[in-house]
Amino acid sequence: MLKCPECDAEIKNPLDSIEGEIITCPDCGASYELLKRGDNFDIKPAQDVGEDWGE
Amino acid sequence: MKLETEPISSLTILYDNIRWEEKALYEAAKKRGIQVDNLDCRALFIELNEANSHYKNKIIVQRCVSYFRSLHSTAVLEGLGACVVNPLHAAVTCGNKLFAHMKLMNAGVKTPKTFSAFSEESALEALDKFGYPAVIKPTIGSWGRLVALLRDKDAAKAVIEDRMHMFPIYHIYYVEEFVKRPPRDIRAIVVGDAVVAAIYRYSNEGDWKTNMALGGRAEKCPVSNQLENICVKAAKSMDGKIVGVDLMESEEKGLVVHEVNNTTEFKNTVKVTGVDVPGLMIDYLCNFGK
Repeated sequence: MLKCPECDAEIKNPLDSIEGEIITCPDCGASYELLKRGDNFDIKPAQDVGEDWGE
Repeated sequence: MKLETEPISSLTILYDNIRWEEKALYEAAKKRGIQVDNLDCRALFIELNEANSHYKNKIIVQRCVSYFRSLHSTAVLEGLGACVVNPLHAAVTCGNKLFAHMKLMNAGVKTPKTFSAFSEESALEALDKFGYPAVIKPTIGSWGRLVALLRDKDAAKAVIEDRMHMFPIYHIYYVEEFVKRPPRDIRAIVVGDAVVAAIYRYSNEGDWKTNMALGGRAEKCPVSNQLENICVKAAKSMDGKIVGVDLMESEEKGLVVHEVNNTTEFKNTVKVTGVDVPGLMIDYLCNFGK
């Protein structure tokens, strides 16, 4: 189980999670990027939207 | 570039953010039995002088959300012999509204009436002749960022003066007519020679911009022959293989293209139309070398 570093809420990552996917804390709305650690996942804060982001 | 190979059995998705779209492409490839590698562009470092690069002949789907990261990594990988979709020419052209405008115009695709100017003074002088309202857009940028409606000369002066204190790319003035149209535009997804799905994008109440990133809503748009012909012509003018073409329904000119997106988003298009856009993209890529 992952814990939100901001609000300590539990974050469930989907069963089909893949590394690099963005997940959101259901309680505080903070966004995190999934990191693969062996068979498990860890999280790090998602990137801030860049000035050149888009389509 | 076309590869003289069998239909592909593997591909690489180059990303810097796994959004709904990247995950959908990954899952569509897996479902088809294709070996798919997600490659994080942020972790990439590449020797540029390698004659026989590991990337040579690889099919790479460029999905970086950062435009400059996408552009430059495409240049490197294509230069090393990879087959990047979309190719560098499309990334350069689609990524710059002014470059794209000239390609569209020369291909006979209707666009909004537009002028370009290269100094504060000439931009204001041109606006006096062009008339208000007008829409000023950065040549490079997305999601409606820094796009402004200039209702009069005071507004133009304020916006242009602000730009004088920004990076020099913002001193290239690209100004479109404010097209008289319904409160919506069209996003059409082109895959190869076909429009696979299209949506109307409605602006939020009180806003005139229709970008989904700004919270607009979407509805299914029928794909007419006319729409498809325009979009495919627009995509081909920039060497775009898989692109999102944005059009407005001008009261005066009919359908006009105002943008072609080389790393198009399609989450809302799938949601609204039910079309398996990521699956169709992967099918196209599978047969890319045939």
